[in-house]
Amino acid sequence: MQLHDVWFVLIAFLWTGYFFLEGFDFGIGVLTKLLARDRREKRVLINTIGPVWDGNEVWLLSAGGATFAAFPEWYATLFSGFYLPLLLVLVCLIVRGVAFEYRAKRTEERWQRNWETAIFWTSLLPAVLWGVAFGNLVRGVKIDAHKEYVGSVLDLLNPYALLGGLVTLTLFTFHGAVFASLKTVGDIRERARKLATVLGLITAVLAVGFLSWTQVEKGDGSSLIAMIVSVVALAAALGANKLGREGWAFACSGITIAAAVAMLFLTLFPNVMPSTLNASWNLTVTNASSSPYTLKIMTWCAGIAAPLVMLYQGWTYWVFRKRIGTQHIAESH
Amino acid sequence: MELALAPETLARWQFGITTVYHFLFVPLTISLAALVAGLETAWVRTGKEKYLKATKFWGKLFLINIAMGVVTGIVQEFQFGMNWSDYSRFVGDVFGAPLAFEALIAFFFESTFIGLWIFGWDKLPKKIHCFCMWMVSIGTMLSAYFILAANSWMQHPVGYRYNAANGRAELTDFWKVLTQDTTLVVVFHTLTAAFLTGAAFMVGISAFHLMRKKHIKVMRTSLRLGLITLVIAGVLTAISGDSLGKVMFKQQPMKMAAAEALWDKEEPAPFSVFAYGDVDQGHNKVAIEVPGLLSFLAHNDFSSPVPGINDVNKAEQQKFGPGDYRPNIPVAYWGFRWMIGFGMSSFAIGLAGLWLTRKKFWLAPGLRTGDEEPPVLALTKHKVLGARLTKWYWSLAFVTLGFPLLANSWGWIFTETGRQPWAVYGVLRTSDAVSPGVSQGEVLTSMIVFTTLYAILAVIEVKLLVKYIKAGPQELSDADLNPPTKIGGDSTDADRPMAFSY
Repeated sequence: MQLHDVWFVLIAFLWTGYFFLEGFDFGIGVLTKLLARDRREKRVLINTIGPVWDGNEVWLLSAGGATFAAFPEWYATLFSGFYLPLLLVLVCLIVRGVAFEYRAKRTEERWQRNWETAIFWTSLLPAVLWGVAFGNLVRGVKIDAHKEYVGSVLDLLNPYALLGGLVTLTLFTFHGAVFASLKTVGDIRERARKLATVLGLITAVLAVGFLSWTQVEKGDGSSLIAMIVSVVALAAALGANKLGREGWAFACSGITIAAAVAMLFLTLFPNVMPSTLNASWNLTVTNASSSPYTLKIMTWCAGIAAPLVMLYQGWTYWVFRKRIGTQHIAESH
Repeated sequence: MELALAPETLARWQFGITTVYHFLFVPLTISLAALVAGLETAWVRTGKEKYLKATKFWGKLFLINIAMGVVTGIVQEFQFGMNWSDYSRFVGDVFGAPLAFEALIAFFFESTFIGLWIFGWDKLPKKIHCFCMWMVSIGTMLSAYFILAANSWMQHPVGYRYNAANGRAELTDFWKVLTQDTTLVVVFHTLTAAFLTGAAFMVGISAFHLMRKKHIKVMRTSLRLGLITLVIAGVLTAISGDSLGKVMFKQQPMKMAAAEALWDKEEPAPFSVFAYGDVDQGHNKVAIEVPGLLSFLAHNDFSSPVPGINDVNKAEQQKFGPGDYRPNIPVAYWGFRWMIGFGMSSFAIGLAGLWLTRKKFWLAPGLRTGDEEPPVLALTKHKVLGARLTKWYWSLAFVTLGFPLLANSWGWIFTETGRQPWAVYGVLRTSDAVSPGVSQGEVLTSMIVFTTLYAILAVIEVKLLVKYIKAGPQELSDADLNPPTKIGGDSTDADRPMAFSY
């Protein structure tokens, strides 16, 4: 295994971490409209992710930075090619971050309602857009001989990628509902579990469709295994949720996400961004990667930093392990 | 295509707008993190309530500020790929590494520990809570270090070779990128300027409350901390700025010649106080100068020659081929002056304040003030400023609290436009760095979207800051004064409302 293969795996790992973690906080954002009955419940939901959403988002920045350093050509083609969707994601992430931090800084109801609306939409849109982006990545896009994306933004809105967007949306929302049932107490916890069942079933239908489509078009033996793991984990998550085993349900919905991401990256490899125009114009782990020297340095950095990050982020989750209910929310600020 | 709307021009404007905007929040974040951590340490060590109140008050302003810094930073991570794809392809091997280091090491630190700090008041023993803010502070500084190493490589590329086979720069010595003199001096200058910024902010707001004789205990402490920081940071900013100037005279003579509107070589070279010139003709029409000072700034003596814009332009034409290698001279010239002017004004106000509000030194015993009253502004041992002058000083400190922000912005505008026409000095031209596949319409769209969004957020942010500044420090609750002894919170209070919730 060469270093650029290692980095392909590491970038897949960073995206997996990102979707696992920010997946549930996007889900929580969407659930503020689907699950919360009143403003107090909304606040309970938002506070379940309060201490951690920012750290979760850094997984994206790391994936971006690592792609820049390890596969500059991939970074350049991907972000200049998916320009407008990425712009929309960035706008959402900006507004979303500010919304979390500023929502409680004033007590006026209108102020808080506006930020709540913002949290809903800026959680929902990226949840869809990341699925669309990954769908296109796997499917291949119009890349010319100079490694430039030459398609239009409409090319990105094909049925396969859009289905991918629906899968990430429902999967993240399901993951979020399971997280909500794990982190809350009282009435909302029960309703979160009930809603999780519904969301999980919808996700199952969409995900099986999308992953099978992927398998038929691009798959091989290893991707099939990843697909089976993903689907089985989803079924297990549904089962555990039904039985009230919330911790297990959350672990399983997390594995569903991880295995699905793994499957997509397995179908990509050794490409990082295939071209639909000419297979010889594909961006691959070899022709898009950095020099061995840079990759070596990066490997040292990631080898030391990544375990540390997981350690202290894990510690954060332990510090905030207690469930939150409406009684824990202070009346005013 | 209309030049004013060429994708390169638009991409440059977008980068300028988003980066200057982002950097309004960065220096405040860096300095306030450390200052808040210092205040919290004082609370942990002494148990004095005023320190906890101050921690919470400045901490809140810090949080309002860092929220904007974090979200506008996301754009920075991605816009290289979006608008500057050819740049990314060319430099990714070198430039990507410090960026990835920044994310993996610094951002995780910052974001994780800030979450712990915000929500951890009733979950963490006070020592660990305080430790979290120190971690945030270290994170902000590491972040600055890595990003400045990357920028310094653009200013003065080292530790790389050009690989003709795939047409890109490749890293050969990462250590050199991290430790070259440009990096070290820039980091020193940027961090000291950051502390100047946070200190002026602290002094200004403390002055505002002391003028109205409100929250005196907390604000006296804050004022003192701010003034001392301001003066030390001011001196260090000037020293580091001087070192940086000397490095730049060596590495980018064009930038420094432009900063001085020095058209032709002079020996000794004068420092320009005011100049008005004709860029096309390449000379000044009006110039007020201090003889020999520029030679000193460049070489530490008053007689050495300093090459002018026209000389450097000719030398670069010989080296890199025909073309115009001059940056925008008026922007460089005035940017340089505004940077120094705004920064040093704040330093002067701080120095005056530190003298006027001294506690004991050369001060008649009758003029010494206690913890509960606003400090007397004493000019000499027995002479104090009158009510009007006192008010005038507090007001001045308050209205100039944003001066260092202007200085920082102009500093960056100067150093980045002064490098033009190069994206990577001597290696890659800015015109070769833009994304070839991104259309004019797309860049224009994103520029309008970001500018509008940032403008709206600026209004919201400033209004929030004003609200919290005016409100002043809050009274402490029992829970504030009795932090938990166990990690995760003491179990007896399991059903209490959280100390902090969104």
